[in-house]
Amino acid sequence: MPKSRTTRPAVGPRQLHPGAWWLWALGLGAAASRTTNPLLLLLLVAVAGYVVVTRRGDAPWARSYGTFLRLGLLVIGIRLVFAVVLGSPVPGTHVLVTLPQLPLPTWAQGVRIGGRVTAEGLLFALYDGLRLGALLVCVGAANALASPARLLRAMPGALYEAGVAVVVAMTFAPNLVADVQRLRAARRLRGGTDRGVRAVLGVGLPVLENALERSVGLAAAMDTRGFGRTADVPPRIARTTAALTLLGLLGVCVSAYGLLTADGAGWALPLLLLGLASAAGGLILGSRRAVRTRYRPDPWTLREWSVAGSGVAAAGLMVWLSSRDPGAFAPSLVPLTAPRLPLLPALAALIGLLPAVTAPTPPRSAS
Amino acid sequence: MITFDQVSVQYHDTAEPALRGVDLTIPEGELCLLVGPSGSGKSTLLGTVSGLVPHFTGGVLHGRVTVGGRDTRTHRPRELTDLVGTVGQDPLAHFVTDSVEDELAYGMESLGLAPEVMRRRVEETLDLLGLAELRGRAPSSLSGGQQQRVAIGSVLTTHPRVLVLDEPTSALDPGAAEDVLAVLQRLVHDLGTTVLMAEHRLERVVQYADQVLLLPGRGEPPVLGEPAEVMAGSPVHPPVVALGRAAGWSPLPLSVRDARRRAAPLRARLDGRTPPPPAVATGEAVADVDRLAVRRGPVPALRGVRLALHAGEITALMGRNGAGKSTLLSSLVGLHRPTSGTVRVGGLIPHQARPKELIRRIGLVPQDPRDLLYAETVAAECAAADRDAAAEPGTCRALVSRLLPGIDDATHPRDLSEGQRLSLALAVVLSSRPGVILLDEPTRGLDYAAKERLIEILRSLAAESHAILLATHDVELAAELAHRTVILAEGEIVADGPTPQVVLSSPAFAPQVAKILAPSPWLTVPQVVNALATEAAS
Repeated sequence: MPKSRTTRPAVGPRQLHPGAWWLWALGLGAAASRTTNPLLLLLLVAVAGYVVVTRRGDAPWARSYGTFLRLGLLVIGIRLVFAVVLGSPVPGTHVLVTLPQLPLPTWAQGVRIGGRVTAEGLLFALYDGLRLGALLVCVGAANALASPARLLRAMPGALYEAGVAVVVAMTFAPNLVADVQRLRAARRLRGGTDRGVRAVLGVGLPVLENALERSVGLAAAMDTRGFGRTADVPPRIARTTAALTLLGLLGVCVSAYGLLTADGAGWALPLLLLGLASAAGGLILGSRRAVRTRYRPDPWTLREWSVAGSGVAAAGLMVWLSSRDPGAFAPSLVPLTAPRLPLLPALAALIGLLPAVTAPTPPRSAS
Repeated sequence: MITFDQVSVQYHDTAEPALRGVDLTIPEGELCLLVGPSGSGKSTLLGTVSGLVPHFTGGVLHGRVTVGGRDTRTHRPRELTDLVGTVGQDPLAHFVTDSVEDELAYGMESLGLAPEVMRRRVEETLDLLGLAELRGRAPSSLSGGQQQRVAIGSVLTTHPRVLVLDEPTSALDPGAAEDVLAVLQRLVHDLGTTVLMAEHRLERVVQYADQVLLLPGRGEPPVLGEPAEVMAGSPVHPPVVALGRAAGWSPLPLSVRDARRRAAPLRARLDGRTPPPPAVATGEAVADVDRLAVRRGPVPALRGVRLALHAGEITALMGRNGAGKSTLLSSLVGLHRPTSGTVRVGGLIPHQARPKELIRRIGLVPQDPRDLLYAETVAAECAAADRDAAAEPGTCRALVSRLLPGIDDATHPRDLSEGQRLSLALAVVLSSRPGVILLDEPTRGLDYAAKERLIEILRSLAAESHAILLATHDVELAAELAHRTVILAEGEIVADGPTPQVVLSSPAFAPQVAKILAPSPWLTVPQVVNALATEAAS
């Protein structure tokens, strides 16, 4: 009997491998994190937005992109409010307004509420908020193109259970929002108002109760469906797995500290490699405990390479260019200058558009 | 296949055991129906089979439950996955993945089956349950009946020998319920699966059962036997059994078809008589919906609905899942803004009115009454309701005593049974004396006794000239209670008229008695019993 195909076919409309989308999005995010140039950041956001619009499916999670956009705007807004109220570390000469300053006791020296609001300070906050917002939008793009639950399917066996915990936590938030809406409507039915902070706070306890009940219900459902079944492995192997993973993680942490403080550059890199190897060994051994198999995994073809590659290339080029021409990546605030769009980094950001052409169109199934 | 050996279950915070003295065997390949009043331990019994009791719920399990030779005390639910498939009351709580196909494969992945086997079984199951069209859809985007079928499919792929279902059709419209039951029939017939199923809506399921397991509650021992025998003495029974008992048929018929074959003499006795004509609403219109259209997201939920509610009239709103029933109720209380058309309730426009004023005119008991209750005790809930309604202190408590006699002030609303909770929510809504009362799916999860009480309460409220609108899938409830029935489909009203006319003209919405005694216009068992009594008297 010929063996039937077990991966999904790589022709026709299909879902791209979720790992490729997440690599691409994280690449764009890494690129965004290197710069505070608003033109470059807006370009990166536009690139991510264009790819999402051309290549997202019609599943419920694909609509989450708008939420992330709003979240990004909110981050910028909060950053600006803080800059106005608490002042800014950037020394500035262009005073826009002077707010009444709150007198604070001497022990609160260094903290300022109110006072001068300068154009430099506001712009600094805006650029900084924009960078954070761009990062959020990149994560949102990945979320809209490949839901975290699909990414979970591609996890190695040993990480699966940790991954489930993450995914359950991520679905917790939307459910919470739905609960709050329902209970606010119910408050209106009792004659209370459904607007304002008090209405939201008033439903807090019932919402938490609901959320807890739902979590227990989900845990029960998953258990009855075999989640957490493990194969019997000799205790010696189980102990070795735990030791390898723990040592590996410790090694990675210590070496990361060494790398960041810059005085342990000599020993940190070898230790990092050793730690990674040890952790990988632990994961491989740990996979022997997992009995899971995978139903129709997504194939990894040239298209996946091109999508993931475009993200990684954009990030790599940005990092390289930013070390060569830091001025273009962080427009000067003191003195104030208008930001300009540097040609080469802009081209690097445009590489991120590749998936709009090379990624397969998603199947239209949900209606 | 399933053996209970002197099983009893005691939860920590209760004085009485939830289940006791269960000592019986359910043979392989049977469809066993578990019946009994609320609180008699049905869910607990199902839990002992799937291993959720005591592993997930806590409590102490005495005795021994074995399924296919495995003791559920020593095997955790995950170690029974290949043997027992469990589907709970709410299919949405059951879903783990985000597409139908992955959902079907999930259990097999956990078991570590070979990819080729998984692929084949997923395709087989898609065909078996008629889900092939939906394979790429997200489970949360499906209708209630489809979700229930996906939930059943997701546990079938591991080829369990036992299927445990808790109220699989309670939330479904009659058509979707038929689909789900047809699937279960097929499993029992073709695959020899043993099915253990708890259900309140006996009129839908009892004719499919091979065995009925009755938990009478109040400490009486469980009874397992032939459906007709058990039904003869059961405190919970469908209308067809009630009619059979009233007419003195033996053995009792369980399906409409069996009853029809017996009913010729009864039809002859009733010939020439008609049920008393339904009361015609004389009250004024207290709520008026005119050419109402509502969009929810991209979907039009209501299109051009016209409806007037009259004081003293009970109206049943029926239609399949997703037909727009809940949207219509929500629009009446101002939770949705009309896209076009108008809603007026006692001179107010609901979505613009202040909630404090609106609740004096109209009140809604939502599908889950718990949404409406947020206090820690019944007494606190009543006090809060009086404050919300600006009513005399004690108003709500007096209503609770009337609707729910003998309830303790200190009880937590969550510890009440479904029926008690519904009554409490109704009392809260009534505290502000609204002229219009809306109920969304009030009989979901209610046993027959609780339903009887609800019918009495609603009748007396209508007699006090409240206008009542209830959205329901329960055709028996509509036939017994409603003066008028409105049927919605795709957001439009497709039938609106006196209940006998509407339900008799549609097989999907006709109650069992009407099907048995057609073409005579009898709807309910009490009507027939009254007619027979007057015949005997004259």
